[in-house]
Amino acid sequence: MKNRYLVFLLTLLVATVFVLGGCGSSKDKKPAAESKLKVAFVYVGPVGDAGWSYAHDQGRQYLISKMPDVQTTIIESVPEGADAERVITQLVEQGHKIIFTTSFGYMDPTINVAKKYPNVVFMHCSGYKTAANVGTYFGRIYQSRYLTGIVAGKATKTNVVGYVAAHPIPEVVRGINAFTLGVRSVNPNAKVKVIWTNTWYDPAKEKQAGKTLLDAGADVIAQHQDTPGPQQAAQEKGKLGIGYNTDMSKMAPKAVMTSAVWNWGPYYVKIVDAVKKGTWKSGQYWGGMNDKIVDIAPYGPMVGEDTKKLVDTAKKKLAEGKWDVFTGPVKDQTGKVVVKDGQKMSDADMLKMNWFVEGVEGTIPK
Amino acid sequence: MTDQIVSILAATVTAGTPILYAALGELIIERAGIINLGVEGIMLIGAVTGFIVSVVFDNSWLGLLAAMVAGGLITSIHAFLTITLRANQVVSGLALTLFGTGLSGYLGKAYIGIPVTHPFAVQPLPLLKDIPVLGKVLFNHDILVYISFLLVPLLWMFMYRTRPGLLLRAIGENPAAADAIGAKVFVLRYVYVIMGGMLCGVGGAYLSLAYAPSWLENMTAGRGWIAVALVIFALWNPLRAMVGAYLFGGIDALGFHLQVLGVTISPFFLNMMPYLFTIIVLVMVMQRQGGRLTAPGALGIPYDREDR
Repeated sequence: MKNRYLVFLLTLLVATVFVLGGCGSSKDKKPAAESKLKVAFVYVGPVGDAGWSYAHDQGRQYLISKMPDVQTTIIESVPEGADAERVITQLVEQGHKIIFTTSFGYMDPTINVAKKYPNVVFMHCSGYKTAANVGTYFGRIYQSRYLTGIVAGKATKTNVVGYVAAHPIPEVVRGINAFTLGVRSVNPNAKVKVIWTNTWYDPAKEKQAGKTLLDAGADVIAQHQDTPGPQQAAQEKGKLGIGYNTDMSKMAPKAVMTSAVWNWGPYYVKIVDAVKKGTWKSGQYWGGMNDKIVDIAPYGPMVGEDTKKLVDTAKKKLAEGKWDVFTGPVKDQTGKVVVKDGQKMSDADMLKMNWFVEGVEGTIPK
Repeated sequence: MTDQIVSILAATVTAGTPILYAALGELIIERAGIINLGVEGIMLIGAVTGFIVSVVFDNSWLGLLAAMVAGGLITSIHAFLTITLRANQVVSGLALTLFGTGLSGYLGKAYIGIPVTHPFAVQPLPLLKDIPVLGKVLFNHDILVYISFLLVPLLWMFMYRTRPGLLLRAIGENPAAADAIGAKVFVLRYVYVIMGGMLCGVGGAYLSLAYAPSWLENMTAGRGWIAVALVIFALWNPLRAMVGAYLFGGIDALGFHLQVLGVTISPFFLNMMPYLFTIIVLVMVMQRQGGRLTAPGALGIPYDREDR
């Protein structure tokens, strides 16, 4: 029995050390003056994932740098579902007035909690359900992908561009299509080969997928994944790549030409400012290049001036808003015209896209 | 086409190596009569410690050593709980996985996105690499892969051809009998559990220092669990563990190559293959051997001298 007590005491000791250590390193929980507006962010992954949640956290840091009178709290790695509801409720109880829930699976939990607290503003990323105090927001990352496609199309010598894709959902399919249209706008002979990993986050597996594409003749690797694995595969083989989420050049400086990136900061400032002034209204926001919520990362040294010019021209066209990536003529894989010449695809059609454009090599698992 | 096959097989070996190290570690532990479901956590601890040490000291060998020490240390918690305190091995192992996952994330926070300056790079073996096909498949890897080639037969020889190896099997099979002939069951169990933990640590370090090479939270992504299944699949035999590791590793590589070749086979189907194979092997063995599995006889049962 003596032993049991010893273990219990040891466990208690270890736990205490970690709790104290945890408090010491957290910068966001300092007691603040009552006047500070409390804003909370709920993340699906760890902030250090260098991907999706990291991009949101960069936005949060931008927010506090622009609005010092705002106090923020983050909760990382919150599972989608019932746990999220508890976490969000707790944040409200702690006095947070604006809560950003940054993953699709938080949609119902956000709506459920919002019903109980009509005086708190909830912003849900990438969903479609709204309420009087719940707005949604998302960005047209496919526009960034089109631009990075131009860079890839100009760079490929084998005319095979590899694309490591996460899950076969409309958002990812839309990205592949936009990227392919970008590639073929400057290089009509190029093809985009797709591999599905069925994971958002598996560094080794995603790298393996990148390697496989390189073995199959690709010399540029793009990705819709949250880890830089595919870029590292490209760098190891002396080939090039296009990153995603944030500027991935840090992880593979010799390979990454540019990345399709999220830029949430200015939008977070806008929302918090509107709430403070009392002008905030619920709505569905799907911002594009003209709002700068999506963009491309600075170019690597291997990108030539003529490529940059081509990208700039396309970027201008996108920012003007009259032309969009899926403006006809757009053909599908079988060569059938899906969007007629001069027509612009509707948002509704884009949001349920489940077919590949001409030039994509691969299938969408059903 | 041969090129494709060669690159699939070469990728198979790299993908199988971290699972192989972890499975060999788990195999030793289970041979000593202890179930350890903490492999995933131990691998993560090994991966993060190895990575931090190699970045700080700019020396991957030192990182590997640190991963072994850290893997051994964290597994000694499991050893203490299950051997000395005779706690429930399943519960303790699961706790270790949760603890290792959390602790590795906490420790590695500052090291995400940092490159290793000198990872274990590919070093083709002279002469051997020129053998057609086989050379590219087996001898065009990093040094940790070559070490694993040696480790498997050595471990097999140790287990089946030496006296200490016989004792290892004995303490897992029938600790009371081993005790009766004078084996120090408790000490030996501690030694083998910690040794196994060190190998699991190497499996993790292989991911962060050679395969990826970078640190990201939760980078083992379930490989620890595959290693646990693999030990059963291998029926606690190191040679079969090697075959299994490459079989399971090959599934990853094959899946992607099939996609490139335009063969549509659901990746979800491929992902469940390791577990499916394990079940098939279990069923086959149970049938052939009249319901007796070749698992170590005392696996999972705490040993208490007083209970004899």
